[in-house]
Amino acid sequence: MKDTIYKKILRRKNLVVGIIITLAVVFMAIFAPLMSPYHPIDDADLMVSDQPPSIEFLFGTDEQGRDILSRVIYGARVSLSIGLLSQAMNTVIGVVLGLLAGFMGKWWDDIIMGLTNIMLSIPSLVFALAIMALLGPGLINVFLALGFTNWAYTCRITRSQVLSSQELNFVKAAQALGYGKIRIMFTQILPNIVGPILVIGTLGVAGAILIEAGLSFLGLGTQPPTPSWGGMLATAREQLFTSPWISIFPGLAIFITVLGLNLLGDGWRDYMDPRISRQ
Amino acid sequence: MLAYTVRRLLQFIPTIIGISLIMFCLLNVLPGNAALMAGGKRELSPELIEKMKKDWGLDKPLYVRYLIYMKDLAHGDLGQSFLRQEKVNDLLASRIWPTLRLAVSAMVIALTIGIPLGFFSALRQGTWGDSASMIVAVSGVAMPQFWLGLLLMLLFSAKMNWFPTSGYGDGDFIHLVLPAITLGLGSMALLARTTRAAVLEVLEEDFIRTARSKGLSRFLINRRHVFQNTLVLILTTAGLQFGSLIGQTVIVEKLFSWPGLGSLLVDSIFLRDIPVVQGGILMIILAFLIVNLVVDLLYCVIDPRIKYQ
Repeated sequence: MKDTIYKKILRRKNLVVGIIITLAVVFMAIFAPLMSPYHPIDDADLMVSDQPPSIEFLFGTDEQGRDILSRVIYGARVSLSIGLLSQAMNTVIGVVLGLLAGFMGKWWDDIIMGLTNIMLSIPSLVFALAIMALLGPGLINVFLALGFTNWAYTCRITRSQVLSSQELNFVKAAQALGYGKIRIMFTQILPNIVGPILVIGTLGVAGAILIEAGLSFLGLGTQPPTPSWGGMLATAREQLFTSPWISIFPGLAIFITVLGLNLLGDGWRDYMDPRISRQ
Repeated sequence: MLAYTVRRLLQFIPTIIGISLIMFCLLNVLPGNAALMAGGKRELSPELIEKMKKDWGLDKPLYVRYLIYMKDLAHGDLGQSFLRQEKVNDLLASRIWPTLRLAVSAMVIALTIGIPLGFFSALRQGTWGDSASMIVAVSGVAMPQFWLGLLLMLLFSAKMNWFPTSGYGDGDFIHLVLPAITLGLGSMALLARTTRAAVLEVLEEDFIRTARSKGLSRFLINRRHVFQNTLVLILTTAGLQFGSLIGQTVIVEKLFSWPGLGSLLVDSIFLRDIPVVQGGILMIILAFLIVNLVVDLLYCVIDPRIKYQ
């Protein structure tokens, strides 16, 4: 292939930028109390409400006089934990169902693949909305809604890997040695699909963060006063004309975080298999 | 071809049944809430609550309610709204057109900008123009729509005063511009990336080298050979994107106070108006299925090698 060195570096550059951004956001979430100049909820002072950015409040203040910078820093905790936990749940569901479908075959395969196709035919935001309609607004409920909606791709990939790897020589060798199905599953097949599943997972975390922000924006997700990026934007909409800075920074935080995770996922995929990236 | 279409349409039925069963179970586990919501903060007498439950058929056991629901659904009747004195069918029918207008306009924006941008990038691979358009594309995918919408409002309504902030107007064009751009940008970015990758792939093929070596002009090669061979992949992405656009209208409609299916759905979720929620979600999914079918059928038109039995 005509892969110039320039292009290779450019690709790796994506990966590097993605890693840096992601680590920065994780750092921000973990050390939020140390980094934020004010408390995100308790330091509300109506005397300084709706202040534009200044030396004292770098990102300005909101309608209750809370420091937006501090709230954006703390917001990383909500976004990251929802994104990571719900995607972890999706990955577990997807891998287990995919392994079952691939190994058991027969009616297991039919039922699981039928379910997968149904899941793929529902836009994940809409499915999350339906679950939120049942459970009502709230942080835990968002986690449940997202944890059950995005496993279909992982399931498909796992299943197809199981099916295709059964033809591979090392799996045949393991079978010839008399290994049981479960042993082959864990020692031969799972280690080989960890890479693609982690890539899907990384992109899934980014997607979950976007949907969480969307749900919070609609008022269905994280409830005030807990600082979340989507929730901050919902209040910002009402004050768009009087204090526009409220709407800029939380959105920028979502954008940069999602961008970083996407770059990380894409870059990682290219790194593992440069061929796939062309598709 | 006709047989294939009919069979695909018939396959909708089990899918719809499966989805409606899941939805019904999910949404009806907690009965009676709507009656409480309808009362709002007022104290309702137990008799009144019982009467409301009876009116809405909530006093029957779950499986009876599901069978009634399915019987009505088979007749195309989505039931009666709990809180609005209207049939769900009428409510949805009045909201479909605004949503469709929004989604189609967004898709037109995505197609007319995304595909040329992807081509431009691929044909100038490695130049700063390529890098710039791919930075735009990568950013566009990561952009939260409601934030983009807020920024557009801020810039074009508050500062420039070019477009109205929100609302439907009388269905005029000027109210459509900002919501359509907001909704379409993500898909545009994704289409640009897919197109670029597809074009790069095709450019490596043997028949392109042959076309070059027989002296065809670049323009002719790009138009006849490259474009036609990338269409299937572009179309697949476009179809998937259009489907998810219909889902994403929920947020954009809410942001711009657009009177479509999405804002009806969100309002009904808050009110726990379950029949409307069920109906709205079914409509969105049905739209998604139809789009996918149309895309599959278009494959045959684009690529005669694809035949459906």
